[in-house]
Amino acid sequence: MCLGIPMQVKTIAEEMAVCEIDGVRREASLMMIEDVKVGDYVLIHAGFAIEKIDENEAHLTLKALREALDMGLVAE
Amino acid sequence: MKHQQEYRDPGLAKLQLQALNQVVSEFDGVMTFMEVCGTHTMAIYQNGIRSLLPDKIRLISGPGCPVCVTPVGYVDHAVALSRRPDTIVATFGDMVRVPGSSSSLLKEQAAGATIKIVYSPLDAVKLAEKHPESDIVFLGVGFETTAPTVAGAVLTAEQIKLENFYVLCSHKTMPGPMSVLAGDPELKVDGYLCPAHVSAIIGANAYQPLVDTYKIPCVVTGFEPLDVLQGVLMLTRQVIAKLAKVETQYRRVVKPEGNRKAQALLNQVFEPCNARWRGIGDIPESGLQLRPEFSHFDAALQLPIEVEDVVEHQGCLCGEILKGKVRPADCRLFRTACTPENPVGACMVSSEGTCAAEYKYGISGQQA
Amino acid sequence: MNPDIILLGHGSGGKLSHELLDNLIVPTLSGITQSDQNDAAVIAAQEGRLAFTTDSYVVDPIFFPGGNIGDLAIHGTINDLSMAGAEPLAISVGLIIEEGFAVEDLRKILETMRHAAQDADVKIVTGDTKVVPRGKADKLFINTSGIGVIKHDLTICGRNAQIGDKILINGNIGDHGIAVLASRDGLELESDIKTDSAPLNGMVKELVEQLGEQLHTLRDPTRGGVATTLKEIALQSQVEITLSENSLPVSDAVGGVCSILGLDPLFVANEGKLLAFVAPEAAEEALAVMQKNPHGGQAAIIGEVTALADGKVRLKTAIGGLRAIEMLAGEQLPRIC
Repeated sequence: MCLGIPMQVKTIAEEMAVCEIDGVRREASLMMIEDVKVGDYVLIHAGFAIEKIDENEAHLTLKALREALDMGLVAE
Repeated sequence: MKHQQEYRDPGLAKLQLQALNQVVSEFDGVMTFMEVCGTHTMAIYQNGIRSLLPDKIRLISGPGCPVCVTPVGYVDHAVALSRRPDTIVATFGDMVRVPGSSSSLLKEQAAGATIKIVYSPLDAVKLAEKHPESDIVFLGVGFETTAPTVAGAVLTAEQIKLENFYVLCSHKTMPGPMSVLAGDPELKVDGYLCPAHVSAIIGANAYQPLVDTYKIPCVVTGFEPLDVLQGVLMLTRQVIAKLAKVETQYRRVVKPEGNRKAQALLNQVFEPCNARWRGIGDIPESGLQLRPEFSHFDAALQLPIEVEDVVEHQGCLCGEILKGKVRPADCRLFRTACTPENPVGACMVSSEGTCAAEYKYGISGQQA
Repeated sequence: MNPDIILLGHGSGGKLSHELLDNLIVPTLSGITQSDQNDAAVIAAQEGRLAFTTDSYVVDPIFFPGGNIGDLAIHGTINDLSMAGAEPLAISVGLIIEEGFAVEDLRKILETMRHAAQDADVKIVTGDTKVVPRGKADKLFINTSGIGVIKHDLTICGRNAQIGDKILINGNIGDHGIAVLASRDGLELESDIKTDSAPLNGMVKELVEQLGEQLHTLRDPTRGGVATTLKEIALQSQVEITLSENSLPVSDAVGGVCSILGLDPLFVANEGKLLAFVAPEAAEEALAVMQKNPHGGQAAIIGEVTALADGKVRLKTAIGGLRAIEMLAGEQLPRIC
C-alpha cells in the first residue's frame, strides 16, 4: 500500500506544493516534511510528500550498484 | 537524477545478478526471503525478478497487502454504508472490487450507490466540502505509509469544521506480523525484505527488536527493480556471513529514525488498538483507531448501521498464503473457482495480492 | 425560435426535427442540402469484398484533450474497416441526444466529425437523430457504422499470426486512455497529454500495397490496450507472443501519470494505433512505411511471435526478466498499493 513516486517541487504555497514528474503536475501537501525548497525531489504518496529524496545517498546507492562485483562475499 | 529510470538499468541489473550468483555459489541449500509489502509483491512480479534469481534464492510474499488482510466484515460494513441515503463512499481504487460476504463496492455502484475513487484522502475532504448535503465516508485502509495521510485529512477536516466527513478505519501497522511469523516454527524465513515506504515513516530502527529477538536479517529495500536486486544481495551476504542485522538499501529515502513529523501526525490522530488480520488472526496493538478527541469523524461510531453476518468461503487458503506457508498453486481453488473475475478470497482480488499477481504475471515454473 | 438547447421536440419528427436536421445536422456533417435526403443512402456496387462494421460511443467526458466523442467515433469506424484490410467508403451516424444538450456543443462535435471524415477521404452518407428525456442518456451517445471495400485477396485477420512474425506498432501507447482519465474530475492531474485519435486508413493502404501477403494481422488496440489485443490474437492464432518492454514506445508524460496512479500503459486504450503482424523479412519495410506516415513517427517493432501455444503473451522486462501478460478482469483502476 505504498506506491510512492519521486517528483520535483515546482512551486510552494504555504503547506501545499505543485510537484512534477515528466511534465505531469499534481498538488501535494507538505504537512509531513520540513525545509523543502523548489527544485527538491520528494516522494509523493496519496497526495502528500512523505519524505525528501537525499541526493547524496542516491549517488552512494548508484555507486554501490556499479561496484556490486567488488563487494566481495562477506558483509561487514 | 530523477530517481526512477536510474534504478531500471539493465546493465546494472546484470551486475547485481552476477554478484548474487557469485555469492551463493558456495552456499548449500536454499535461502528463503519474505517481503511484507504489496508493492514489493507487484514490483517482483512486474519485473520478472524470480525468473532472474539463482535457484538457491526463493522469494515469498507475506501479509503485506493491506487489502488482503482486511477482514471481510470491513468490506461488508463499507457496503452497508454505501446503501445509506445521501452517502458517498470515497475510497482508494484498491478496495473497489474486494468481495464482501455478498457484495462489493463495485456491485453496489451498479445498484445505484455513489462510490468515488480518490487518489488522496484530501480529495475526500474536498468532496465533503463540495457536497454538504451528503455524508462522505472515506475508507481508511493501509499501513503506516498511508495512515499519516489520513491523519492529515482528518486534521484538515477538523480545521475547516466539516460535519459530513467520516473515516471507516482499518489501518494496520508493521512490524507486528513480522514477529508473529518469525516466531512460527513452521515458517523458515532466512531474511526479510522490509517495506520501503512504511519504513520511510517508521524508520529502519523499528526492525531492531525483531532482529534482536529472532536473529533474522532485515534489509529495508526500495521498489525499483535495482533496489530489489540490491536488497536481495544484501540479505544474501548477511546469510552467508551468518549475520543478523538491520541494513538499509533504500538510503535515499529511509532514515534510521524515520519521518518524525509524519509519526507525530499519525500519533496525534490515531492510537494503537488490537486488530484482526485476515488469515492470521488477532495481533495485539497492530491496528490504528481514531483517538477519542477525533471520534466525531469515526464512521463506525457516528453512522450506526446493520451489517450482514460474515460469510467466509471454504477451501480458501488465503490465510496460509499470507503467512507464506503455501503457494497459490497449492490452493485447489486457484485458477479454477478463484480467478480475478470471480475472486473467492482477497489474495486474488486485490491487484497486489499474492494470488492475483501470480495469476496475472506468473510464468509457470517460477512460482513464489 | 432559436433554442440554444436540444428539446424533446427536436427528435419527434416534426417541424423542430426538420429545422435541426436542415439547419444544423445535415449541413454541418456532410454538406448535403435538404433536397438530397432520403431514407437510405445508395452506394454503387463495388468490385471486391465488402467490410461492414459498427460501433457505439459513450465516452465521458465528451470533450477531452485533443478530441471529442464525435471525431473519436469517425476515426474509430474508419480504423475498424482498415484493420480488416478494407478501404473505408461510407459512414452512417446515429445520434442519441439527451434533452437539454447545448446546441453549440452539438455543432462543434458535428463539425469535427465532418473534418475527420474529409481528412480521411471518407463520406458520411446517412444518419439518424433521436432525443431522449433528461436523465435517460449521458449527454450524447453516438453510433457509427461503416462500409468498406476490400480490393485485394489477402487474408488479414487474427487467426493468421505465424511463428517468427514481427509485431509493430505505429507509435506511443496509452495516450488516449490517459488523456481521458486525467481530464476527468477528481484525480487533479495536470498534463499536456492529448488523445492519439486518428484515421489509419492511409497507413493501412500503404502497408497492404507494400507488403501484400507478408502482412498477416492488423488490429487496433482500443479498450484494454495493447496487452488485451495481443492476448486476443495469441488466442485466435494459437501462438505465444513475446514483447520487449524496452521496445515499447511510451511518452514520458503517460509514463508519469501511470506511475502516479499505479497503471500499466500496456492496458490503456489507444485510438490512433494499430498492431501489425508481419513476416520477419518484411519488418524493416513495414517500419519504414509507418514512419513515413503522419501518424507513425514513433513506430517501433515491439515483439514477435515466438512459438505455437494456447494463446500466451510474455513480456521481457526492462531488466531482462520474464513475466506473463493476462487479460484484466475489468477496467484498470488507480491503486495506491
